[in-house]
Amino acid sequence: MTRSYPDYDVLAKWDTVSFDDKTRHVLRKRLGETPPRRFFSEEEWALMEVLCARLAPTPQRGGPVPITCWLDARLHEGDTEGYRIEGALPEAEAWHRGLKAIDEQARTDYVRPFIALDVETQVILLKRIQKGEVDARVWHGLKAGDFFTSTLLREVVGIYYAHPAAWSEMGFGGPASPRGYVRMGLNEHDPWEAREAKPGGARKPRGSGVA
Amino acid sequence: MSTSASPHDPVTPRAKDGRAPDVFVPDGWVPMRCHADTEEVDFAIVGAGAGGATLAARLAEKGFSVVCFDAGPYWRPLEDFASDELAQEMLYWTDPRITGGADPIALAGNNCGKGVGGSTVHFSMVSLRFRPEWFKSRSKLGYGYDWPVTYEEIAPYYDQAERALSISGPVKYPWGPPRGPYPYRPHEVNAPGLILGRAADRMGIKWCSTPLATVSAPHGKSPPCVYRGYCHYGCSTNAKQSALVVWAARAVKAGAEIRDMAMVGQVETSADGARATGVRYHREGEWRVQKARNVVVSGYAIETPRLLLNSATPKHPNGLANSSGCVGAYLTTQSGPGVWATFEEDIRWSKGPPNMAVTEHWNYTDEGKDFHGGYAFMSQGPLAREWGQNLATSRGLWGEDLQRGMADYNHTMGFVPVGEVEPRACNTVTLVDDEFDQYGLKIPKVTFSYSDNDKRLIEHSVKFMGHMLDAAGGRDQWRNDDTSHLLGTCRMGDDPRTSVVNADGRSWDIPNLWVCDGSLFATTGGVNPSLTIQALALRCADRIESLARRGEL
Repeated sequence: MTRSYPDYDVLAKWDTVSFDDKTRHVLRKRLGETPPRRFFSEEEWALMEVLCARLAPTPQRGGPVPITCWLDARLHEGDTEGYRIEGALPEAEAWHRGLKAIDEQARTDYVRPFIALDVETQVILLKRIQKGEVDARVWHGLKAGDFFTSTLLREVVGIYYAHPAAWSEMGFGGPASPRGYVRMGLNEHDPWEAREAKPGGARKPRGSGVA
Repeated sequence: MSTSASPHDPVTPRAKDGRAPDVFVPDGWVPMRCHADTEEVDFAIVGAGAGGATLAARLAEKGFSVVCFDAGPYWRPLEDFASDELAQEMLYWTDPRITGGADPIALAGNNCGKGVGGSTVHFSMVSLRFRPEWFKSRSKLGYGYDWPVTYEEIAPYYDQAERALSISGPVKYPWGPPRGPYPYRPHEVNAPGLILGRAADRMGIKWCSTPLATVSAPHGKSPPCVYRGYCHYGCSTNAKQSALVVWAARAVKAGAEIRDMAMVGQVETSADGARATGVRYHREGEWRVQKARNVVVSGYAIETPRLLLNSATPKHPNGLANSSGCVGAYLTTQSGPGVWATFEEDIRWSKGPPNMAVTEHWNYTDEGKDFHGGYAFMSQGPLAREWGQNLATSRGLWGEDLQRGMADYNHTMGFVPVGEVEPRACNTVTLVDDEFDQYGLKIPKVTFSYSDNDKRLIEHSVKFMGHMLDAAGGRDQWRNDDTSHLLGTCRMGDDPRTSVVNADGRSWDIPNLWVCDGSLFATTGGVNPSLTIQALALRCADRIESLARRGEL
């Protein structure tokens, strides 16, 4: 049984002492802006949108979280971790080559671009890429499994879990400054924490998020 | 003033024109003594982290003139730090680097800081002493290398560091030589820590609340910790006793100049190569040279050897202070495999500092090991983004599988050790000859592989931590692999043929060139290094004062 926090919205704490000005500034930007396409080509952008839909969760409430635009901004600004594994391509080149290879792999195996495949086939192909079960000629020296896990998946998930909708869904406390927490022991909760739904609805979750 | 630290959005230095940021006041300033480049100062210190800022403060308090450089910004935590994992990546060193070897070390947020305070701005505040025998591990325990100092020589400086940082810890610490209570009372242990305690009790081993460098009661302008849990992303309340809040503030008050946004590219040497004469640094778009009677390199275990290697001259073709060939060699890290499990209980491990309970059982128990060395391990508290990336990259979860995995976040707990790693000459920091950073400097390459002994230690820790999680009632265990800390690339020793500096951090080759940071470590032990780095810096300051008095500087 998957745990859930159906009545928890981390943003309900926006005007409380769990949020400070700097945090509000950062999140206002993340929630309100849509950076333009600068790094990806139109084709790459369209492919990324589909990859994000497969790789990132979709929150039960509120629909998909924007990921491609923020990834584009990070890569355009070179705002990533800076280091790379010896022998690996520089980051920008790895992204361009990796996305091209995913599409070429789809064309090689299914005679269609990746985005034209049905969802089930996309998932099957991505699982193969994750395991490195690919046609090496299509990948031109790039290690498919490494690109999938360490570059593509890591970045997509890193942007998804920087979004408040993802925090609400998993019951994560989120911003906590200047007020942190008081009740820290096992099964202890402060009133401004998420309430977990009990199995079978035996106990209706108490209102949460605002205090 | 803009404080975005995106690499393409350069930050104007704050510390200049006779003032430095007041870390305790939004938009606040404190007066700062400033020096002209042409003025030959007593000490130019490269890096304002646990080594450099500590040394800067103590040397200034002893009356030396000091300029301490840092490549990154001078933060005011109250106005600059968000409660946000992604935005706070601005604290990391993200300049281009290559990482290789059989077990490449993840860099950036894992182990590197950029900015005044260095990585102590985002460290986990665990403040443990070395086991005394580790300073002589070859002689006393039969492995590794002997340091040129003893525990007894360092102990007074551990005391001094613990007082300066107001370490909050137990009244009675269960391991090591008898000692008094920590300066501040221990923090209340959070749920993950209580689970570690429950497991330890059932296994019959000792545990305690972790001595932490975040205050449990007010200290100066630092309020008590509010347990917000974002410690790895900068402390927005100043409860954390980072080098930024403690030592940099003390340094400026005592008359040191801290020069932020100033990347040092070379240590300059005299024509005959016998003396260091200053540092060449990049600030506000231009290269400048600060004259100094002594240069101290405190850039941590990658940037310190990189700077010495990048400072090569015809007199020192292999880099400065490198007649032994040890600059950049004997790189160590600490192994940190994680073991994780889910629990029926509601744990909420995002609350409180990430490592609130510890056991040093395997640091102080020598029987029952199939390896040399030791490890401590602590309860953990990763936040949402870090945990999502861990589940994705370590367990291969994505889409709905990831969503289901993350739904257990509040019911998950785990242990991560700080595992001793063997210092080996084959693990190195070297220069990449054909790739340059934004300053035009050769970028560093980190090469690392675990030894067989390291692997046995890792497997021992994984097995033992797994038993602990079983004993505590955890289900569905899994593991991942990681490291923490970087040490040992300019090690201290008694022999100029096999070490870079002596026990004071003074280089064997150039008497007015010093090293003061984690690269000094001859061995790593099984505890987080920050307290030992600060103790070494405090000792170095006293030694410099004594040498100066005797005219031996």
